[in-house]
This record gives sequence, structure tokens and C-alpha cells, in this order.
Amino acid sequence: MIKEGKVKIWSDYQKEIPDDHWFYVRSCIRQNFFPAAEVTFLKILREELGKDIYETPRHTTCGGIAYHLECIPQETQMTIIARQFALMTEAGYENYTCSCVTSFGLYSETLETWHEMPEVEAKIRENLWKSCRMEFKVPKYLAHTSDLFYKFRNDISAKAKYRLVNKETGEPLKVVEHIGCHYAKMFPSKGVGGAEYPYVLAGMAESWGGNIIDYPERRHCCGYGFRQYHVKANRGYSLSNSYKKFESMEPYHPDMIITNCPGCHYFMDRWQYVIAEQTRKTYGQNGYGIPVFTYEEVAGLTLGYNPWDLGLQTHQVAVEPLLDKIGIEYNASEKYLGTGGKLICTPEFPMSIKCC
Amino acid sequence: MDFGYSLSKSSTMKIENLENSKFKALAKLEPDATKCIGCGCCTASCSAGVFADMSLRQILLSLQRDCQDKYLPMLQNCMLCGKCMLVCPRGINTRHLILSICKIYGIEQ
Ligand code: SF4
Ligand code: SF4
Repeated sequence: MIKEGKVKIWSDYQKEIPDDHWFYVRSCIRQNFFPAAEVTFLKILREELGKDIYETPRHTTCGGIAYHLECIPQETQMTIIARQFALMTEAGYENYTCSCVTSFGLYSETLETWHEMPEVEAKIRENLWKSCRMEFKVPKYLAHTSDLFYKFRNDISAKAKYRLVNKETGEPLKVVEHIGCHYAKMFPSKGVGGAEYPYVLAGMAESWGGNIIDYPERRHCCGYGFRQYHVKANRGYSLSNSYKKFESMEPYHPDMIITNCPGCHYFMDRWQYVIAEQTRKTYGQNGYGIPVFTYEEVAGLTLGYNPWDLGLQTHQVAVEPLLDKIGIEYNASEKYLGTGGKLICTPEFPMSIKCC
Repeated sequence: MDFGYSLSKSSTMKIENLENSKFKALAKLEPDATKCIGCGCCTASCSAGVFADMSLRQILLSLQRDCQDKYLPMLQNCMLCGKCMLVCPRGINTRHLILSICKIYGIEQ
């Protein structure tokens, strides 16, 4: 493509991200599997960057998984979302940010539906009033939480204790960035860089010292795809999609994977174990896998947080070889200690993929 | 370990390694061959497809990916009725395209 064309597309896909005062909602998958990532997100925004970010225990799921599995109709799902907006309105906020890419896609879809069909919005307002006696204003700005870290990437970098650099060679680490499909593939104008040049994670990784790998299946789905995974008969398809990505990135020897989607993080981490069990193949060095992180976990690492406070012990693929490569200090004996310093348990190690 | 589901081979292909000289010849004769978006409207509306195997969408994809051997015999089921031409959103002259595929790939209609 000619350069002018690229520049034009790029400028069309820039997104306005307000600086402060956000209403925050969590992700179902992350709360359960990687809860420390969300805690770290709030900690960095509040304590490192001094931002005002509000959350309420009254918020619920967005209904995304049930909606994409066709267990609930769109009207129900939009009413759930309307209730979240009502909580935001009640709290006096106008900027809405969500931790989940599925939710982000759904909020974008709902707002777009209401924009195109105001009668649907009216119906949903009526549903919400009848069911919860609540009213709402639509958010002025909607952002995925990775948009916020993208915006503040250089501020985080300025405070960083570590860089994404190999401490022995001084070379930047080779980073695979994986962006959830629902971030910008459905509504390109809603994501930083659109669907063609999504830059949200690449921007962070570069700012924190890493080098992005551009491999053939870079934009391929991680394979989760709701019904592909949740319907057991389709599960092999889900696994095969991740496999296709790993096979494609393997020749570039990635050091790490960063994702912004809860499902992608979960499956790219866990499927490496399943692939190893089925084929005896591992993709990292010396029999290990390629560690997979959320952007908050990576930010936390660069800021010098304790890896076990970031919840990295809940990952399937061992993170220690990467920590050693960067030179991050950690205490291996504290890996499975609970908050009171008591050993919670030590997991059973798999046979075919090396763990620490 | 048996998880109750299995892994399929990666379907990634290197386009630069494909032997597609015939497809190039087809595209030269019939530039419409590269316009198809694989929507499947032709297949959904095909009367022959109800009774026998006929899927123009699958055939076109297989030609582009150089894995056509399994799909080419489908062409013999086409009745050349032209219904697919009426529904194609890309305005492809599908009947003419089908005849050209037969000519280049040596299929008797
Ligand atoms: S022309 Fe052939 S492919 Fe098209 S609708 Fe008729 S029978 Fe089907
Ligand atoms: S209807 Fe036209 S565009 Fe769609 S698959 Fe058939 S030939 Fe291709």
C-alpha cells in the first residue's frame, strides 16, 4: 500500500481516550483465573499514576458468554448492559472501561445497535425500569482497559525498574502480541489502530523495551470462540486454532506472548500443556513453553512488583526462565505461599512440558 | 493423554509455494475468478446442490488454494441454469466462469 494511504487509515483509527475518571468493570474469566491482573491494573492506575477509577461490587457479567453461546437473546444481554450503565450513572461517571475484550465488543455492539435503532434503546430502557427500577445515561467514552495502559505506556515506562531486554545480550526480547478478535475486528474504529494495524499492545511492548514479531498467523483467532470451546464436540477445533498460531510463531523464537483478552490469555497458556501432552511438542526453550502474560502483568513486572503478587504462579507455562532472562528478582520458595505466608499447595507437574 | 478431543494438522499454507499456474490462466481468461468473496450465496441457491454435490464457492476456494482434485468433479453436476448468477453479490458471471473452469481444468460438462 502507498504510504499516504496507510497514514490516512492510521489517522482514521485513532481513538480519543480521556485522561481520568473511569467507571471500571471486571471480567468473569480473569476474576476467576488471573485475578491478580485486575488488582494490578487498579493498583498501577491509582497508586503509580494517581488516577480516579471507580468500581462497584454490584456490577455483574455483561452476559457475553451466554449471548455468544446463544443461551440468552440479545435483548436480555442489552438489558444487563443497561444495568451496568445505570450503575455508572448512579456513581456520577461518564467514562466506562471494561477489563474484558468480549465485553468491549458487546458494549460497542449494543451502543451501535441503539444508535442505528433508537426504538431498541427505548425498549431496553423500559425493560430495565420494569425489572430494576433503574435509569441510565449512555457512556460518553467507552474504552477497553488496554486502551488506558496504551495511553499511559510512556508514563509506566518512565517509572520502570526493568526493561523487556535480555540482560545477558542487551537485545530486546522478541514479543508476540495477541489482540482479542472482539477488540477491533467487529468495530475497527473503536480500537487503537483498527483491525488492520492494531497497535494497542505493540505500542506498550515497544515502549517497555521489547521487539514485536510479525509472524504469518499474527491476526488469527486464539481458538476460544465460545461455541468452539464450550461445546465439547468442537473443542478440537479450538485447540487446533491455537496450534496453528504456535506453529506459525515458532520459527521466530518468541520470548513471550502478551494478550489483552481474558480468553486468549487462558487458552494460549493452557493449550500449550494440552498440545505437549498430545504431541510431545513444546514451543519455548529447553522443553518449556512460551510464557503468556496480560499487559498488566507485564507492566507490573517492569515496575518491579513481586511476580507472585502478580499471580504468575497461576499460569500453566512457567514464567521463571523469562524472569531470569530479564534479570527480575524473585524468591522461588515463595511461589505457592498464601497471604499469611502459609503454603497453599504445590501443583502436580505435567510430564511433557517443563515447569518450575 | 486422551482429552476426548484431538488436534488437527495446521492448515497454514505458504501462498508463494502453491503451484497455481492454472488458476493464473483462469484469472487471465476470467478476471471474475478473483472477485469471489466466498459468501456462499451461489451454493445456497443452487438447485443441483440440493440433489448432488455442487458448491461453486468450495470449487473456487480450492482452485485458489491448489487443492482442487476432490472438488472439480462437482462441476459435472452443474445444470448451467444460472440461478447462482442472479444472487452473486459480486455480480460474477458464474455460468461463464464455470464453463471456463471446465475448459482450463479439462472437465467435461
Ligand atoms: S448454474 Fe450450476 S452452479 Fe449455478 S445454480 Fe445452476 S446448477 Fe447451480
Ligand atoms: S455468490 Fe458469488 S461471491 Fe458468493 S461465493 Fe458464489 S461466486 Fe463467490
